[in-house]
Amino acid sequence: MLLQPNMASGSSVVEVTLESTLKNIEVAEGIARGVCATAGLDEDDAYKVEMAVHESVINAVEHGNKNDANKQVWLRFEIFGDRLEIRVRDQGEGFDVTSLPDPCAQENLLKISGRGIFLIRSFMDEVRVENITGHGAEVTMVKRLNSKSQRHQGGNAREHEGHSTTS
Amino acid sequence: MSMKATVRQVNSVTVVDVSGRITLGEGCSQLRELIREQLGKGQKHVLLNLADVTYIDSTGIGELVSAYIAVSDQGGQLKLLSLTKKVHDLLQITKLYTVFDVHDDEAKAIGSFQKSSRA
Repeated sequence: MLLQPNMASGSSVVEVTLESTLKNIEVAEGIARGVCATAGLDEDDAYKVEMAVHESVINAVEHGNKNDANKQVWLRFEIFGDRLEIRVRDQGEGFDVTSLPDPCAQENLLKISGRGIFLIRSFMDEVRVENITGHGAEVTMVKRLNSKSQRHQGGNAREHEGHSTTS
Repeated sequence: MSMKATVRQVNSVTVVDVSGRITLGEGCSQLRELIREQLGKGQKHVLLNLADVTYIDSTGIGELVSAYIAVSDQGGQLKLLSLTKKVHDLLQITKLYTVFDVHDDEAKAIGSFQKSSRA
């Protein structure tokens, strides 16, 4: 799978559509790892991006698509000059991000779940959640690139081999 | 690398050396089963050595909380030993660092259980 140059924006893009299964979490992480390397992220930022992708795909598979393997998770990684932008979309019913309880509130500290979106927000520079009618929820995550890490501008570095169809 | 865990007994404390990834799926269910097993044997002082844990996700954090609750509910104590920077940072971010008793030195960690027992 290749990062494709996007002439209009001057960015490089890779899109994948994965079957909505938990084993594809590692596939998504692997793609994220490759994209981070191409974007020139250091180890610490790459770990944060991989973690954010890991958590967002878990959310898409479990909460969005309700573990229905007939549904899909769509991912788009786009490297701009100043940022890496990642979008993860499920085929669920969407959710209200403002209704999520604060996992750091004293009364929620000992809850077993509910930290996924919180970690994504902690690890990425910008996070947006949109509910797209008929398409489910789409999480957009941005990691800014510093000047030293701008190694890739519309190139065609080889990425992780996909297990999916390109949408 | 998936999660591996080995159990050893030091005085009255069950030390669980965990390595690899504590993430959704096998890693978490393995840890849950192990804690249940130890509690079933009456081992209520559990020290999780996380020195070789490379990755932990939100589900893994939840599993640590679950283990903490399970042990506490039995009147025992679960403590953490030798966090990597990544795990340390995760516990800081999630404010769980204030919940868990975290140690860097195994002997002192073991000693802290004994002190707690006498108290």
